[in-house]
Amino acid sequence: MEIWSGITEAFWLLVTLDADLVEITLRSLYVTLTALVIASAIALPLGALLAVRRFRARRITIAVLNALMGLPPVVVGLIVYVLLSRSGPFGVLGLLFTPTAMIIAQVIIIVPLIASIAHQALRELWSDYHDLLISMNTTQAQRVQALLWDGRRALLTASLAGFGRAIGEVGAIMVVGGNIDHHTRVLTTAIALETGKGEFALALGLGFVLIAMAIAVNLAIHVIGRTERGGRW
Amino acid sequence: MSNLFPVTLEGATLRRSGKVLVGPVNLELRAKGVTVVIGPNGAGKTSLLRMMHGIARLGGGSIRWACPPEEARAHQAFVFQQPIMMRRSVLGNLTYPLRLTGTSWSEARDRATQAATEVGLADMLDRPAPYLSGGERQKLALARALITRPELLFLDEPCASLDGRATREIEEILTRAAAAGTRLIMSTHDMGQARRLATEVLFLMNGNIHEHSSAEMFFGGSASPQAQAFLKGDIVE
Amino acid sequence: MKRTIFAALSAALLATGAIADEMKLAVTTSFHNSGLSDILLPRIKEDTGIEVQLLVVGTGQAIKLGEAGDVDAILVHSRKAEDGFLAGGFGTHRREIMYNDFVFIGPSTDAAHVAEAESAANALARIMTAQAPFVSRGDDSGTHKKELSLWAAAEIAPEGAWYKAVGAGMGAALNTAAGLDAYIMADRASWLNFGNKGNLALLYAGDPILFNQYAYLPVNPDKHEHVETELAAKLEAWLVSDTAKALINDYKINGETLFVFNAK
Ligand SMILES: Nc1ncnc2c1ncn2[C@@H]1O[C@H](COP(=O)(O)OP(=O)(O)O)[C@@H](O)[C@H]1O
Ligand SMILES: [Mg+2]
Repeated sequence: MEIWSGITEAFWLLVTLDADLVEITLRSLYVTLTALVIASAIALPLGALLAVRRFRARRITIAVLNALMGLPPVVVGLIVYVLLSRSGPFGVLGLLFTPTAMIIAQVIIIVPLIASIAHQALRELWSDYHDLLISMNTTQAQRVQALLWDGRRALLTASLAGFGRAIGEVGAIMVVGGNIDHHTRVLTTAIALETGKGEFALALGLGFVLIAMAIAVNLAIHVIGRTERGGRW
Repeated sequence: MSNLFPVTLEGATLRRSGKVLVGPVNLELRAKGVTVVIGPNGAGKTSLLRMMHGIARLGGGSIRWACPPEEARAHQAFVFQQPIMMRRSVLGNLTYPLRLTGTSWSEARDRATQAATEVGLADMLDRPAPYLSGGERQKLALARALITRPELLFLDEPCASLDGRATREIEEILTRAAAAGTRLIMSTHDMGQARRLATEVLFLMNGNIHEHSSAEMFFGGSASPQAQAFLKGDIVE
Repeated sequence: MKRTIFAALSAALLATGAIADEMKLAVTTSFHNSGLSDILLPRIKEDTGIEVQLLVVGTGQAIKLGEAGDVDAILVHSRKAEDGFLAGGFGTHRREIMYNDFVFIGPSTDAAHVAEAESAANALARIMTAQAPFVSRGDDSGTHKKELSLWAAAEIAPEGAWYKAVGAGMGAALNTAAGLDAYIMADRASWLNFGNKGNLALLYAGDPILFNQYAYLPVNPDKHEHVETELAAKLEAWLVSDTAKALINDYKINGETLFVFNAK
């Protein structure tokens, strides 16, 4: 019955375009998409570099990435919190309890995930391309470029995994964002708040909105990816 | 134009996990002609070509081109036994080597279109390369290798898994390229193809050059007993 | 296209901040759960132009935020922690604003007969004697500290399988109590606003020891020069004003008064 009232709640929130809901949904999207763009810009080339290059710290880097993937977001949140706190090393920036702090935390959380998946996918592509690109006398940067471009479909999947993890994350952004109404409240922290108040129907409603939004973003990105070149490979 | 040749191999050796795959090879190749590398399976044909091209690291000895090694490398291309298709269109595959060296997009596209026409792929420019047939793939790989106008082209059994018609088309392209002055070094297990294309022959056994002679001599009956046996189709060891 | 959406989004989000005077106030979960902040904040914005950004945390974390200078003032209800905060020089002063009270909640069947208790200490003794399940916040919050002080006052060491420290906020702890049919101590506001009461009922209240004094402590600018001292002072002036008094005293849930204004 709780589920049913959650669905009803979600339905009403959506059809009435509840102003608070629209606001926190947009903020969720803003924070996560920004984090996703930044994280992808870091993680995708990193994944490609790990595939292409046999540098000395490579194994260690991969091990660290894998370990970081299992790190509880709350711990990441706590570290970012301590760094950004007024009495921390970056306190002067005044970033704690702002959407920027939430973006920073999410970037740290999803970079290892995206880089790992990208590395897995590109390793295969690189073993295909290895002989050809070596034969063509390519530079390291050109190899990375070729992998990123030709592996873009697999990389899209990696980024989407990052999106899924970031959009549903609550522990870290609660800590560094503070869940301030009209300022840093997003869907997940609102859900945690309503659950805490025992408002299960509303919390579930927000949860369904979150799910719907995640699906919508995934579909949108896939449609964009597909229209390009008929999406054949 | 040729400033790569002569190339001299002195004791050139390729090792993998302690085992000698090829060598030590002592060899000098001159600027003209089509060198065909033949020999039983596992003799080291592929390994020799890769070693000379520089995509397998030399384990001993030396390979000296008539110019600095980087320059030599820039004027070579390699066509692999299994054509490597980049996951992009035929056009994208053809423009890639040109774009690497800074050719403008419009020029690269014009030259790619021209190259595709020469190998009969003109109406497939927008098709994803991984979806081509085996023959089309090898023609694309060949066109992609030739598009930078290399002085030297290595080919590793380029027709190994192709039917007669595709083989003939590939050979036509190769004959044209050779006539235009491209130096070819090609391995094959097809003795007919070797006869049709070769001006000189390298006969390889157990990782060593057993015989290096002109095509007329080799196919004209002056080959060593082992080579004769190999040509007849006997099993040589 | 992506870029325009982004630009629009960031513009919309930036627009919600920036304009007004902003200050950050750490408050306890119990205060926020009461719903009183939803009444006060819009009025504060209207009267003073200040946009108060609430950080809803436990007392322990509120104190920490103040000490680190991450907020401009705190509104909490744990005298001992407040005194420590002032002794450390982290706050300029302590201003009492209002109080509410704690209540004992439990299953309506009330196997431990808490409803018949004569005092808070007696209520706890009955729960212990019956070995009835009791959920404790266990999160070092003001409410948790209060609960521990009550056990101490009743000369009982709360230990055993029946005593469940959940390490969670008031709402989560109430959810747990509802699930376990357990007893729990809660602030009245959180209880009245709680949406998942299930089989739970208010069983005991009224002992003066259960009164819960809220105090406002601005963060000391000598420790953190960036704090919004002026805004904090303006907010304090508003909190002790007659407007605030009327709003606080008139705030009701289900017809019940929650807070008593007692600022001097
Ligand atoms: N990467 C490698 N590691 C170990 N042995 C190899 C490797 N590549 C080739 N070989 C071995 O080297 C020998 C020569 O191989 P190859 O050059 O491919 O012969 P061919 O092309 O004449 O058939 C074979 O015995 C093969 O098994
Ligand atoms: Mg071979």
